[in-house]
Amino acid sequence: MEYTTALTTCTYCGCGCNFYLEVLDGQVIGTIPCKTSPTNEGKLCIKGWNVHEFIQSPKRLTRPLIRKNGELVEADWEEALDYTAQRLKEIAEQNGPESLGFMASAKVTNEENYIFQKFARAGVGTNNIDHCARL
Amino acid sequence: MTNSVQEIEDADCIFIIGSNTTSSHPLIATRVYRAKEKGAKVIVADPRRIHIADIADVAVQQNLGTDVALLNGMMKVILDNNWQDQTFINERTEGFEEFTKAVQGFSVEKAAELTGISTEDITAMAEIYAKSDKASILYCMGITQHTTGVDNVKALANLAMLTGNLGKESAGVNPLRGQNNVQGACDMGGLPNVFTGYQKVTDEALHDKMSKAWSSGKFPSRVGLTIPEMISGIEEGSVHGLYVLGENPVVSDPDSNHVTKALEKIDFLVVQDIFLTPTAELADVVLPGASFAEKDGTFTNTERRVMRVRKAIDPPGEAKPDWEIIQELSSKFGYAMHYESPREIMEEIAAVTPSYGGISYARLEGPGLQWPCPDQGHPGTPYLHKDKFARGKGLFHAVEFIPPAESIDDDYPLWLTTGRNFSHYHTGTMTRLSPTLVCEYSENFMEVSPEDARELDLSQGEQVSVASRRGEIGVRVQITPRLKKGTVFIPFHYVESNVNKLTNPAMDPIARIPEYKVCAVKVEKNP
Repeated sequence: MEYTTALTTCTYCGCGCNFYLEVLDGQVIGTIPCKTSPTNEGKLCIKGWNVHEFIQSPKRLTRPLIRKNGELVEADWEEALDYTAQRLKEIAEQNGPESLGFMASAKVTNEENYIFQKFARAGVGTNNIDHCARL
Repeated sequence: MTNSVQEIEDADCIFIIGSNTTSSHPLIATRVYRAKEKGAKVIVADPRRIHIADIADVAVQQNLGTDVALLNGMMKVILDNNWQDQTFINERTEGFEEFTKAVQGFSVEKAAELTGISTEDITAMAEIYAKSDKASILYCMGITQHTTGVDNVKALANLAMLTGNLGKESAGVNPLRGQNNVQGACDMGGLPNVFTGYQKVTDEALHDKMSKAWSSGKFPSRVGLTIPEMISGIEEGSVHGLYVLGENPVVSDPDSNHVTKALEKIDFLVVQDIFLTPTAELADVVLPGASFAEKDGTFTNTERRVMRVRKAIDPPGEAKPDWEIIQELSSKFGYAMHYESPREIMEEIAAVTPSYGGISYARLEGPGLQWPCPDQGHPGTPYLHKDKFARGKGLFHAVEFIPPAESIDDDYPLWLTTGRNFSHYHTGTMTRLSPTLVCEYSENFMEVSPEDARELDLSQGEQVSVASRRGEIGVRVQITPRLKKGTVFIPFHYVESNVNKLTNPAMDPIARIPEYKVCAVKVEKNP
């Protein structure tokens, strides 16, 4: 049996509580609040205490999906990314980059949001990028 | 937040408005309880009698959409009694004369009439807030999700400047951000008008700087489309493709029937998420991303603190960290990206973003860093506007009361407002898969006052239909004295009974934020 912990930051609200995710043989089994965190000082709310429960849900997406004949079917990464890049390129060429929109995310990391907007701006050529800050 | 979470507990007065703090930000509510124990006065203004109102010195329930009236009423009392901080006003602000004129034209009686709060309570709130040495305002979407959202925030800023409650510890104007990294998504330029660190896309010098850094000047110098504008663009045929990263607009956007129709119509929709959300179900391509437990990176919390996210496990199946997916897609599109790790991306962020200039993974071991943090030697900034405001002088804005976009009438006689409950989060894609949390609240409900329940002949737990001018949903009745007569409340976590089919997409003209917090509905018993 292999038991490890990873100190990280909660994925729910904007408080930014720190906790250790407990991992036993590749399964996240629990959450331990971090006592030295400046925000939560060893406490957590009900959502934080149970954050490990949703991560490994059987409902997680595990493979890319492509719509074929009206149905979403499993595909490999190469096909999904090639097709996506090709369709985005076609639309940008036919209707201009301003005909594409990008929704960034309040859930993903800073680094991911950064390269996402960089892709929209420097790669595609549009400032049509927004996220749910208003929602 | 202008100030830090820790500082809240040393405030002398905490004014909570439009934030159900115990439900939506429990670990910030903890600080309010501690402050109360240390002797702070607590004022709560919320259309519902929320949990934290139980410890308040003054708790009031304003009518929906009347925040400006309430705040102007409080400021009128402060000016009439000469309780303002004239030294702060003279040294640190401008626009005071014009602001005074607007407030002097208003009366406490008028405020009472519009808000439904007594003149005595408005006076007491003004006195407690103005006479406290360190008064901290906490607000949330109850302030911003209005057609007058910007006015509401300006009115709060006026109140803080009027009493000198900015630029010092344990005071300030503190928006509580609802999502773990909504601050970071804004900081990183996930907005149509700014690059990272709020550098304007319309500024030619910044355009040149970013073009050089990114070896591409393809992007225009004009502001792009907001989400509601993208949705309209799809309908009008000007937007043909959409790349959605970890968002669920079908559930989260107002008038969601309308959003669903637009996404069904669009030529190409790619959705990157960890679940097959209702938005992903409409996609042409779905890309499986990684949850926060499966990747490295950083989040920036509501007090501007940049903190590490560390990988605990591998993503399930073939799912991948989102940064890897984005960079592969960008490279295939023809704009090559070759980052080895999120650490390397942060080095680039620091290089192009003045407020993140001193942030690096090496410095994020421990409690993190609060921006602005311009260089490697800078300790970070616990509270903003210490000696001067970002723009120099703090600017008073004369703000007049404007009623909400939609009003009740004979056909739709009840006011509806929306929010979260304590065990669920946003559109419920995560929390509703957590058995412990589902135990607390498994299905949607409508809170209604005992008076309205009696008038409508509703009983506890009864299934009813609630309709607005835009749609109709079914919910169970929860009769509670937390609501006052004439107003009902429905949380927005439940896709099968989605309250955003009812909400009003009317937007604030500046912030383009929809008026989720006010619309008119009718409640009907099921036949």
